[in-house]
Amino acid sequence: MAGERPHPDVPTPRIGADEWVSREQEHREGRGGLTGRALSLIERIPPATWLVVFIAIAAVLPLLMNTGDLNRYGLNVALFALLALGLNVVVGWAGLLDLGYVAFFGIGAYTYALLSSSHCFTETTCGVHWPGWATIPIAIATAALVGFLVGLPSRRLSGDYLAIVTLFFAQLFLTVAAQGDRVSALGLTSGVNLTGGPNGVPDVDPIRIFLIRPTTVEAYYYFTVVALVIVATALWLLIRSRTGRAWTSLREDALAAELMGMPVNSLKLLAFSIGAAIAGLAGAILAAEQTGVFPGNFNLAILITIYAMVILGGAGSMAGVVLGAIVITVVFEVLSPTTSPEKLSLLFYGVILVALLVKIRPWWRLAFVLGGTVVLGYAVRVIAHAVSASSTEGEVVSGGFVGDVVELLVVTPAQPGNWPKYAYIALIVALLALTRLDGWRRTLLIPPTLLLAAFVWETLLVQQPTVTRFILFGALLVAMMTARPQGLLGKLRVEIV
Amino acid sequence: MDWTKFFSVLIDGIQLGSVYALIALGYTMVYGILKLLNFAHGDIYMIGAFIGFGVLTFFGGPLSPDLPLAPLLILMFAIAMIGSGFLGVAVERFAYRPLRNAPRIAPLISALGVAFFLENSALLLFGSQYRQYNGFELIGTGGFYIGSVKITWITVLVVSSAASLMVALILLVSRTKLGKAMRATSFDQEAAAMMGIDVDRVIVATFFIGSALAGAAGVMAGLAYSSIFHFMGFTAGLKGFAAAVVGGIGSIPGAMAGGLLIGLAESFTTGYMNGTWKDAVTFSILVLIMLFRPTGLFGKPEIKKV
Repeated sequence: MAGERPHPDVPTPRIGADEWVSREQEHREGRGGLTGRALSLIERIPPATWLVVFIAIAAVLPLLMNTGDLNRYGLNVALFALLALGLNVVVGWAGLLDLGYVAFFGIGAYTYALLSSSHCFTETTCGVHWPGWATIPIAIATAALVGFLVGLPSRRLSGDYLAIVTLFFAQLFLTVAAQGDRVSALGLTSGVNLTGGPNGVPDVDPIRIFLIRPTTVEAYYYFTVVALVIVATALWLLIRSRTGRAWTSLREDALAAELMGMPVNSLKLLAFSIGAAIAGLAGAILAAEQTGVFPGNFNLAILITIYAMVILGGAGSMAGVVLGAIVITVVFEVLSPTTSPEKLSLLFYGVILVALLVKIRPWWRLAFVLGGTVVLGYAVRVIAHAVSASSTEGEVVSGGFVGDVVELLVVTPAQPGNWPKYAYIALIVALLALTRLDGWRRTLLIPPTLLLAAFVWETLLVQQPTVTRFILFGALLVAMMTARPQGLLGKLRVEIV
Repeated sequence: MDWTKFFSVLIDGIQLGSVYALIALGYTMVYGILKLLNFAHGDIYMIGAFIGFGVLTFFGGPLSPDLPLAPLLILMFAIAMIGSGFLGVAVERFAYRPLRNAPRIAPLISALGVAFFLENSALLLFGSQYRQYNGFELIGTGGFYIGSVKITWITVLVVSSAASLMVALILLVSRTKLGKAMRATSFDQEAAAMMGIDVDRVIVATFFIGSALAGAAGVMAGLAYSSIFHFMGFTAGLKGFAAAVVGGIGSIPGAMAGGLLIGLAESFTTGYMNGTWKDAVTFSILVLIMLFRPTGLFGKPEIKKV
């Protein structure tokens, strides 16, 4: 590795010049090539078109999928898009780091569940069954009120200190949700079952708003999409209003905004309340749709997932965060344990092949990589077979043509022992090395890395799809952030620290 | 009042607090220099615990170790610290450095990605079962008494090694050339670069030291609380993070005080109230502190330049 060469990813600021100024050229030109042209094309599409396209796709989706897939891809995407839009108000527009967001989601869900279910608070108080037109607004209002209260410290705290206080609030909520089945005031009164404790609240009523009474997955899907469209339109009008512009200026520089006479504290509280209200709505829908609320629905992993959607899509861009919600939910669901291992394998090898075809130029280098992989794979397999016959007798997960190719090229031991684990570590090292190398060194390293990846996939990763999905999710987050730190549809802007 | 109980709860709190303080130091050092919340730090602590366990198993396990106790412990600590240190440097190199000039929230997501990756890689490699350090078999249940309060050798080991690591850190930061460079970089990165300080090298050193401390904390947690598992870094990381913020993030004495405070709060809640509420009570105390001292116990109020 050449020590003196600055890394291409890190633009070294010209000393003495403001960083924005020194990178002015780059900001003005944008990206070149095919990707750059596609991005600038996307930027020119008017927002109304986005909305129409979204509604059109959303409307026909149930015709293309069975109920299970609609639940996994349609309903989940719509719910998470709603949550991401709400978080975008707080994080993307007002620039407040709110790590308690998942609690508002939970508060909405629990409020709905407690007011419309057969849940027993005490022995005698049982089964409050209010209709949806009453409970949903109450759930939204409760979440908004709590959002307001949690936002209060934002008048004094800023940045990471606000983040930690809101994170504590989320922890507090999670503890209460998981332990609140015998709440009593300092041990003086008899216990009230507030949240159902670890068992949650079962038997939640479906939504009843006069004639709107969704019961099936399709109906809930349409209900959520309509809610999403209404919320998105309202937010779109909001960000173009005085308040929206004030939020943006607050995010860019709170001090300057205050000096311009903006009511900074009220703006922050408003952002918190609106974000929380949207999360509350999503929570109420979740409670009704899965006919129950459980503490496990609102853990910090969900919070991280929503954050990932907002940041990955591009904080501040509404189309971006919805896109982020779609990408992450789909990736998550595809990698879920219900997808068969053969399909997963096909997808795995397919993505690798496409990545090779797109990334490696010119053609002779690609030919070298593919040929090298075949020759090396076959050679290693023959040697392994000569050393120990059992090392090539294992089962290959993928079927068909892909399976045949893998069986020909990859060592698949019947009793792998600890080898897959060592290979996994070697694979990580090789992948990291690939990002640092260039030229012929990189080309030389690709074939062994591919074989290593196939070996690890067949012997380790495909056996544990749940773990694999989190590993790939984590790696994807890092890779996408380093490739495009402002998010998919986000814009680069000057940051004043 | 039952003073024996009070003092044993106090000592438990100090022991737990020293582990949290070591984790908090890594958070605070990285934050001080890069203004980055390194959410992967808790998982580096977890990997440290596993490396220590690996060394222990390599030398015959806790029940019949091949080495005498002292060299074995030194080896466990040393290898875990070096291993986690290099892991921290690698994380910085590949997940944070490309994002050095990116929006501030981007490295946060990258850090969360690293956390997911490390946790689940550990699950893949080590399985989901709890691993037993068996600290009491290894070191023994013995100890000494002050009045009627028993202090075990494990407590002595944990508290004294944590204290000596902290003293070493303070000496490093206040007395050496590297420490001076670290303080300068933390004060103003650009000005430090203009004065001829290799900022990249300082950042790498910071990550190495912070992660090594977390690795040591992992081994201590393994010895003192016996079982380790792939998800242990998450809660501990959260507590360490909380400790760093409460003490005033960026401040080294603040991280130590914050860690101690959280350890004590937790052990007193468990000792005198219901254990299931310990996190809720701890966090409520912290929120109150934050509300009255918005920049933490040792943090300086931020002066805004316009």
